[in-house]
Amino acid sequence: MKALAWHGKHDVRCDTVDDPEILNPRDAIIRITSTAICGSDLHLYDGYVPAMKPGDILGHEFMGVVEEVGAASTLKKGQRVVVPFTISCGKCYHCEKAQFSACENSNPADKHDIGREGLGQPMSGVFGYSHMTGGYSGGQAEYVRVPFSDVGPLVIPDDSVEDDKVLFLTDILPTGWMAAENADIEPGDTVAVWGCGPVGLFAVQSAFLMGAQRVIAIDHFPHRLELARQFGAETINFERTKVYEALQDMTGGIGPDACIDCVGLEAHGAFADNIIDQIKVSTFLGTDRAHVIRQVIMAARRGGRVSMPGVYGGFVDKFPLGALMEKGLTLKTGQTHVQKYTRPLYTAIAEGKIDSTFLISHRMALEEGPTGYQKFHDEQDTYTKIVLKPGMAGSASLAA
Amino acid sequence: MPPLSDHSDAPDDAPVAYSKVADPDRTLIEEAVTINRPASELYQFWRDQTKLAAVMENVVSIVPEGADRFRWTVKAPGDKEVSWVAAITNDIPDRELSWQSEDGADVANSGRIRFEDAELRGTVVRATIAYDPPAGAIGRIVAKLFQREPRIQTRRDLHRFKQLMEAGEIATSARNRRQREERNEDQTITRELEETGA
Ligand SMILES: NC(=O)c1ccc[n+]([C@@H]2O[C@H](COP(=O)([O-])OP(=O)(O)OC[C@H]3O[C@@H](n4cnc5c(N)ncnc54)[C@H](O)[C@@H]3O)[C@@H](O)[C@H]2O)c1
Ligand SMILES: [Zn+2]
Ligand SMILES: [Zn+2]
Repeated sequence: MKALAWHGKHDVRCDTVDDPEILNPRDAIIRITSTAICGSDLHLYDGYVPAMKPGDILGHEFMGVVEEVGAASTLKKGQRVVVPFTISCGKCYHCEKAQFSACENSNPADKHDIGREGLGQPMSGVFGYSHMTGGYSGGQAEYVRVPFSDVGPLVIPDDSVEDDKVLFLTDILPTGWMAAENADIEPGDTVAVWGCGPVGLFAVQSAFLMGAQRVIAIDHFPHRLELARQFGAETINFERTKVYEALQDMTGGIGPDACIDCVGLEAHGAFADNIIDQIKVSTFLGTDRAHVIRQVIMAARRGGRVSMPGVYGGFVDKFPLGALMEKGLTLKTGQTHVQKYTRPLYTAIAEGKIDSTFLISHRMALEEGPTGYQKFHDEQDTYTKIVLKPGMAGSASLAA
Repeated sequence: MPPLSDHSDAPDDAPVAYSKVADPDRTLIEEAVTINRPASELYQFWRDQTKLAAVMENVVSIVPEGADRFRWTVKAPGDKEVSWVAAITNDIPDRELSWQSEDGADVANSGRIRFEDAELRGTVVRATIAYDPPAGAIGRIVAKLFQREPRIQTRRDLHRFKQLMEAGEIATSARNRRQREERNEDQTITRELEETGA
């Protein structure tokens, strides 16, 4: 089969590799019909995530048709399914608490040491996201092996609901939703959202659905800021405006009630701390470029809430721990417990309460994936979200 | 600089395996895992020692040799194998099992596995294993095998046990059989999941 494989920093190739097979009774093999490139994939592309090996197959946002099932799978051949990026067994203590991204059984035992060393405890398995989260082959491919297929995949019963409408249930829609949920929004709140990528834009929509009175969205790309504005957010362009000062002023000197970091470890911008972080990262003295989370903590109002869906991988310098403590902030974060949200959010999509198709800027053949990565990386303003379609080869890529 | 404090002789309640002051020549391991199943079910799987080879990465086979005696055959470096007979020395149904290798073992070892009721979380399974440094040339090779990463090995084995008991299968991230062979992983190991009344 064809698959997008990581070969090093800024080196993604469309390789021909051998097909997946059923190995365990709860497995299923899915033929991919749509798969997206995520902001999280850019962290791999830029070489920020350790424990990647050349040849690893990428992709954690995908859906398709059930091709083959193991003896204990509850799926049936031919069903259309959306597959959560977190792999979860459904039987352990954490899964029973709906903390699916903390599943204790999906990360193979011999991969635990990396997480134990780096994080204190291993993470759950994740598709296509380094050997720290299991080393599973991802879904930017023609086929994928899906473990615990009786727990994760959501069957889309209605064939008239096209892929584009439900694909983002795999990750970014639940992620934006959980980001807003973690902000514990109260009626009347002003919520500030850093980053108007897919996660930030879904967080903006979700914050309003949860009762926020105002949402202030921060980015520098004009098209992304415009999308946030279309959902009712006020915007701050961080290249034009001093973010902290503007936020204090726009909230009458109080600071936002809730602040959401939808940027993560690769903050853009020529901020002094960012430049120092960048030097540290390139000389291995630090791992993450943490400008945004620092600014978030300084901006939040006393007693306010900080939600951090943005991904960080390691250690950070000059973290304003004092501000977190003195102001009595609450910080909530984590990889999304996708399986907890797929059903209710599918209903919200079906009822027209949430629109996700607006996000897709480009559709490409799987073979064009390497170009897709480069464009999504270099031209973020026009490339808001790329959906790859295996089998589309030959036809020119379509701008949506 | 303030004077160095030494209160290391003050007793505490922590496992001795994590002592900073215990005898460094003897390898003592303690690892615990919480398994979301009743103690009796876990105990029964463990009591029938022959099944354990399935979850233990380096164990080739465990074959009964008379009542409560089992021959363990374990992988050693350089495609070799080592073997010994271990006898069950203490058996408290659903609670605890202890074993001790018999004289002449390539690797003298003894241990205990306990199944502690953890109520809503299931059962805490706690393994305590002691390896004594073997003598002689083989002994040194074997010692290397067992002293290199015995704790990591034990932890991984307990996790595979947990995966099998909770999820009914042992997780692998291999894409297909070929990749699994490349990684030297075991073949598919499964068990039927029973519903708990809990
Ligand atoms: N928690 C989870 O489970 C989960 C799931 C998916 C994605 N993520 C993470 O969420 C983050 C966002 O994902 P995405 O797909 O939207 O990524 P993206 O790269 O498309 O978007 C990030 C946006 O942040 C903006 N940005 C950069 N620096 C900024 C700054 N200083 N101030 C304000 N905005 C700034 C960028 O211009 C960009 O538009 C990433 O870190 C991703 O890894 C987390
Ligand atoms: Zn993603
Ligand atoms: Zn689980």
